[in-house]
Parts: sequence; structure tokens; C-alpha cells
Amino acid sequence: MQSSDKKPNQGDSRRDFLKKSSLITAIALTPSVALKAAENQADERFAELFEKIPLNLTVNNKAYKTSVEPRITLLDYLREELHLMGTKKGCDHGQCGACTVHVNGERVNSCLSLAVMNEGKKITTIEGLANGEELHPMQAAFIKHDGFQCGYCTPGQVMSAVACVKEGHTNSRAEISEYMSGNICRCGAYPNIVDAIVEVSKGGTKA
Amino acid sequence: MENQFLRDENDRVDGIYKVTGKAKYFAEYELPGLTYGVLVTSTITKGKILSLDTKAAEKAPGVISVVSHLNKPSAPGYEQEGGSPFKIFYTDKIFFNGQPIAIVVANTFEKATYAASLVKATYAKEEFNTDFEKAIGDAKAKKLQGQPDYKRGIENAYKTAEVQIEAKYHLPIETHNPMELHGIIADWRPNNQVTVYAKTQGVKATQGTIANVFKIPIENIQVNSEFVGGGFGMALRTWPVEIATVMASKHIGKPVKLVITRMQMFTMVGNRPAAVQTIGLGANKDGTLTGITHRAFGETSVYENFTEGVVNMAKFMYQCDNVNTQYFVVPVDLGVPIWMRGPGEATGAFALESAIDEMAHALDMDPLEFRIKNDPEKDQQRNKPFSDKNIKEAYRIGSQKIGWSERKNKPGSLIDGQWKMGYGVSIGVFNANRGRASVKGILKADGTLVLQSATSDIGPGTGTGMTLIASKLLGIPVNKIKFELGDSSLPPAPSQGGSATLSTVGSAVNDVCVSLKSTIAELAANSNMDATSNFVEVLKKNNLPSIEVTKQSQAGKERDDYSMYSFSIHFVKVKVHSLTGVVKVDKIVSVGDSGTIVSPKTARSQMVGGAVGGVGMALTEESIIDHRYGRYINNNFADYHVPVNADIPEIEVHFINKPDPYINPMGAKGMGEIALIGFSAAVANAVFNATGKRIRTLPITPDKILASS
Repeated sequence: MQSSDKKPNQGDSRRDFLKKSSLITAIALTPSVALKAAENQADERFAELFEKIPLNLTVNNKAYKTSVEPRITLLDYLREELHLMGTKKGCDHGQCGACTVHVNGERVNSCLSLAVMNEGKKITTIEGLANGEELHPMQAAFIKHDGFQCGYCTPGQVMSAVACVKEGHTNSRAEISEYMSGNICRCGAYPNIVDAIVEVSKGGTKA
Repeated sequence: MENQFLRDENDRVDGIYKVTGKAKYFAEYELPGLTYGVLVTSTITKGKILSLDTKAAEKAPGVISVVSHLNKPSAPGYEQEGGSPFKIFYTDKIFFNGQPIAIVVANTFEKATYAASLVKATYAKEEFNTDFEKAIGDAKAKKLQGQPDYKRGIENAYKTAEVQIEAKYHLPIETHNPMELHGIIADWRPNNQVTVYAKTQGVKATQGTIANVFKIPIENIQVNSEFVGGGFGMALRTWPVEIATVMASKHIGKPVKLVITRMQMFTMVGNRPAAVQTIGLGANKDGTLTGITHRAFGETSVYENFTEGVVNMAKFMYQCDNVNTQYFVVPVDLGVPIWMRGPGEATGAFALESAIDEMAHALDMDPLEFRIKNDPEKDQQRNKPFSDKNIKEAYRIGSQKIGWSERKNKPGSLIDGQWKMGYGVSIGVFNANRGRASVKGILKADGTLVLQSATSDIGPGTGTGMTLIASKLLGIPVNKIKFELGDSSLPPAPSQGGSATLSTVGSAVNDVCVSLKSTIAELAANSNMDATSNFVEVLKKNNLPSIEVTKQSQAGKERDDYSMYSFSIHFVKVKVHSLTGVVKVDKIVSVGDSGTIVSPKTARSQMVGGAVGGVGMALTEESIIDHRYGRYINNNFADYHVPVNADIPEIEVHFINKPDPYINPMGAKGMGEIALIGFSAAVANAVFNATGKRIRTLPITPDKILASS
């Protein structure tokens, strides 16, 4: 089989799309100046206007006024658009909990939530949990009890653990285990995670 | 560089990054102009691609290119004859269902995902077989020798023994499923300069593979992999999809990021192969083992061969003059397997350690007593003494902690309402490996030490262990030591696998520290300082901002003289529901006999993690294929059940913590594998003790317990 080192013609597709696919609706909806720009193949970024819808949300106490494709998940928005990589992708199906964040104070699998569903909401990610340099007690407890190995599920575990305490599901080790079972840890740090939560629920491990 | 978050010297040195989200895994590096790759995969199991229509995908918004066998860039290593037969995009052949056939690259992940759905392939289909057990039974199906036959004494001696057992054990395909999805970021720049951010257990191995495929100088390739979100063996090779991503980057001249899906984690990045094993055991009525026969079939692929140490343990674990083993691999039309934690030894230990329990029952002996009676004084396979082995002490500690005295030898004796209780034990063993590694140490006048090696940390706590070794030798607090890894430009080290990193890299750290110490002593003497002077004062007095040394370290002749192994004993208490057949693991005690414990906190976590993996292997994990189509049908976390928090009981870990006198300067042996090896048999043995039902096919699901008589 022959190989080819020829570079593809980048950028064609975008303009092609704009001219052919969206032109009919665009004519009805778009100011003429914009249409002219599109016809002149002015700017890739301009085409985004047709694909994105506005979104206002707060992430870690910072307000974002932006626009996103309706199909982007909250997880991918946080990771790829806001570059908040602390929230992890483990399955994209809501089956592993690695992407757990707090939405208006409640734990949510961010891979199962489209970004646009979070209009006006207040999101907290692992990056927003500590108070500046001072760790959240749950973060400190995870270090103390070695509640991880590889660390990949850890941000989700910590966010879930904070919510678990707040929800009051810490009356026994068994109850904690049950309410932490939406967060898979393949390294198997479960007993250590429970130890960390037990300590924090009793008011321990100040940062 | 002081790590102010280490409150306890045993805390994981990188814990702070992991709990704050600052630990950067491969997919989290931001490169200018980064693009996103999404795979198109085969919908047939075997045959040939007839046509691939990429036009619609190429025209879709945001798409930069679709790379496939039709337009792949030059990869001279794939143009040569021979070598690895699956050369991605350099073949139109399909070897397994879900094989990557194209990569669509776009400026966002969403656009690439949509465009990938527009690629249409047609195929010439061929007959296939994905059913491993069917292939074993098919006289015409290929069977390849996986290891030379082994014989000591009389072959099949068990057949003439006073007490005999023969049993067949089945293991399904298991999938590693680290939490981090596999993938790579590849950045091919002008003049064939390549930087990759990889999920790899070996940055040097990844560097070498890319150099070989693209035939570019190794110095042109920089591999970064500081944090790895779990590996368990699946990141021990550079997979075809990684090469495909490098090709895509070369093709478009931009960095490309590929993160495969959880479903794709089942098909294209390896698995623990299925196995069928027959064990024959013979013993005298007094419980002396007189014959061990271990025959195994392991699954492999048609396009690459995979073998592992399935029958190793039978050759030396028990005192027995007559031992024979045989191991064949049987190719099926699935993706090639790869070592999964404990690898073949864990597969073999399930069969052997179940059979040992069956024999103890046949002899009406306590299985612990039977094991102790047949514990070998030396390694009969190699005819050498063990460098260090404390199994009897481990049995004693473990049996006391689990409450073995509560166990009744007669199965089904302990009943608690609708639950039947039982106890099981097993042993795990793995080679105490030591390879060759280099480490560079930089001792600075500001009181800090930097250590560098191109090793990896997939989770065991490599950085923590190395830091503790150096801290102990040089008396520098751990928060003033930084161990750098996961970077191919650092001094070379082998891949993190086979429980060898602490022994291999730790020895080089040891040598570096010893050398630095003697340099400081020399400098002190030369400048008329006290030999015990602090190194900071010595460096300052000599006007030296820092001193550095690089040491290579490897095993010596001691390996010819001694047989070196790490051991573990697993004790498990289970309860089995008499109406539903549900098995709950009630308590776990694992005892590690792996020399000096360098890093107590992370070592304990290793053992705990192995036990959790063992619970999954024993009770829930099975990758199921619909053999009519050759496809996995439970390829997600909802249907492939790894243990969750509520599945795991209290786990007690104990260590013998006695230095092995010969292995390395620390006396420390690896423990990643032994944490899991044998564990599934302990569960099966406990289920038998609870119910009298011997389940020889993993996983031990309720249906098997209810169906068994």
C-alpha cells in the first residue's frame, strides 16, 4: 500500500458548511453584514455563531458569560473550554463518578449533564474546593488516609465525599460505602476513602 | 520546592496534586492548535475493508482530516516485511470487531465524534471464531506451545497416588479498566520532532516504539507521562491507536489528542486472556503431596501471540518430587491480550490454590495445615535456596487475625440465619524481579535533593518510595526531596511492570545517595570540616551550589545463587445467602512477605487494592462476547462489574517486614502482583467452606451457586 504525506486542505470544510448547509436559514436570521462576511469566507470564528447558544453560569465563584454548542457536556465544557482538568472523564455514561461536580451544592455526574442545562447555575469543581492554599478537610483527610493510588478517580471521590457528609449519609461505615458506590476506584482505595469520610464527618482533619 | 502539605513522612508525596485536581494526566496538557481525534472502528470481526467513504466526514464542520489505510503518512517501520503483523492503517485486513479503521480529526471533540459517525465502510466478511473454549475443543483449531513442557520426576504421578483429585478450572476474559481512558496526545512538528503525552507504564518503551515505527532518531522523540490514571498492565505497550494518533499528527502537522471511549477500552487495549486449566494432584493419606500436574490453555489473538506465566507456580510452590506442566495458547478472532495485574500467575493460582483446597478436603485435613505440611524448604525447580521466605509466619499471623479457629473443616457448618459462613485461604507468589535502571541525584546547597529517573508511577507510590529511601540514607526530610519521573529525557529505567520498580529504581536511588554521601564526606575532609557536617554547610564552604551524580544499578551474581520470590497469604471470610446465592465478602486479611517495607502507607494501599481487584476477579468480572457477532456485550461499567465501595469489607493488611538479605540494598521486594495473586482462590475456597459447593468457573455469580449441587 502506498502512503501519502500530502496535507489536506484545511479550512475548506467550515466554509463549505456555512455556505451550503446553513445558508438558507442564515438568510432569514442573519444581519446582512454577517452574511457578507460569510460569503467572503471572512472568518472561521463567525461560523460558530450559527452553532452555539448563549450560556451564563458560575464556576468556582467565577461568572462565565459564553456560548456553547448545545451538544457539549458539562464535563467536556469544564475540561476542554475552561481548561479545568481536575474533573475527570472515566466513562461518559454516568457509570463511574470520576466527573462528579457540585451543581447548586448537589453532586452531579457532569458527563450526563449538557453544559446548556446549567444556565444560571453555580458549579463547584475540585479546583474550587480548597480555600486558597488551605485544603478542604476532605482533601486533607484523603491524603492522611491515602484514599487513592493513581489519583484519577480522586477529584470525583472527594466531591462525592463532601456531598455525602452534607447529605448526612455518614451514620455508619456501611452507609458511607453505600452512598459512595457511585464512584468507582479501580485501584481499590475504598476502605481508605471510608476512613477519610468517617474522620471528616466527626469533625476531624483540619487543613 | 518544599512540599508543605506533607504532614506525615509516610504521606504520598504527590497526594496534594491528586486531591486538588492539579495532577496532570496525559489528556490534560494544553498545546497551541490542539485538535481532537475520534476513532472509526470495524463493525465486522474478520475480513477485509472493501471501501471506506470518508467524503461526508471530511466535509463535516470542523473536520481537518480523516486518516486511514487510504491516505496514511509514511511510517517506514510498517513498510518493512515481518515484525508485528497488525500494522495499523498499513493493512486493510480486519482481525477483530471494533478494530480501529480510521481516525477523524476535528477542531473539537464533538465535531470529531459526529464526523466519525459519517464514515462508511464496506467489507468482505470471513468466517470467524471468538469462542475460546470452542477452539480448544476443535481438533482443527490452532494450538501453539506457550511455554516448553516441564517435567520433574514422574509425569502424571497423581494418577497412581493414594488420594487423587483432578479438576478443570475456567477463567473468563477480564478487562483492566483503569479509571483513566486510554489515549495519547501526539505533536509531530517540522524536522520530525515529536512530543507525546502518553498513558504509559514506560516512557522509554513508548519512545522506542515510535522511533521504530517512524524510523526517526530516538532523540527526536520526547515522551511525557508524569501522572498515569492506573494501568494494571494495559499500558505496558504502545497500542496501535497511539501510533494512529502519531500518524494523524504527522499528516496534518498539528497536535492531535485521542481519548478512547470506555467501550473501546474492552476491544483494542488488551485484556486478561480467558483460560482453561486442568490440575491433577496426588497425595499420600498422611497429606504428603506426591504429584502435581498443571495443564493450561490460554486465549491469544490470531495476529499476535501472547503468553504468560500461567503454570509457573506449580513448579516450585509446594514440596513435591513429581511435577509436570504444559501450556498452550489458542488463537481466536479478538484483540490481543496483555498482562493484567498478577498476570498469568494469578490465572494459574486460581486453579492451583483451588485444587490444593480440594485435596485438603479429600484428605479431611485443614487446608492451612495441608499447606504448611507441604511447604518447601528450597526451590525444587531451580534447585536453589530461597533468598528469603517467611510463609509459615505469614500463615500464623493471618490465621489469627481472620479468626481461623472459628472455621469448621466440614463445609456448611456455620449458619447465621439465611447466611452460610465460610473461611478460605490461598497463597500468592511472584518473581522478585530486579532490572537495570539509572538515577541522577542533584544535592543542592539550599538543602534540597532532586532525584531523576525515566520510570513511571501508575499508582503504587513510586515517587513516595524513592523519596523515603533517599530520606533515610541522607537524613534529608521528605519534604525537601523531589523525585522526578515520567519523562523520557531522564536517565533510563525500565517500564513499570512485574512488581520490579521499587527493587530496580530504588537500588539506583540507593547507589546515588551512597555516592553523594561519600562525596560530601570527602569535601568535608578536604576543607577541614567535621565528617558529620551537614551537607549544606559543606557545599557552602566549598562554594558549590550543588553536586550531582548519576548511577546505574542492576542485579548481580546473587540471582544465580538464590531463588527470589515475594509471597502473600490471603484469608477471606465470606457469607453466602442460602436462597439467592449472593456472596458477600465479610472480612479480608492479607499478609505480605516481600522483604523490607519501604513505604508503609502506600504499601498497605497496594495490598488493599490487590484484594479489591481480587474480589472483582472472584465474584463479578467477566467480559462477555456474543459469539454470533464477535462483539463484547457488556462493554461498560454498568454491565461489567468492577467492585464498588459497598462490595468491600474491612481489609486488614500485615507485613512480615523483614529484609531479604540478597535481593537489593534495601532488602525490599515488589508487591503489586502478590497483592492479587491467589486471592480469587481464597474466595472460592471460602465459598466451598460455607456451602460445600465448589465453583471452578469464575466469576462466582449467584446463578452458579444455585445451579451447583
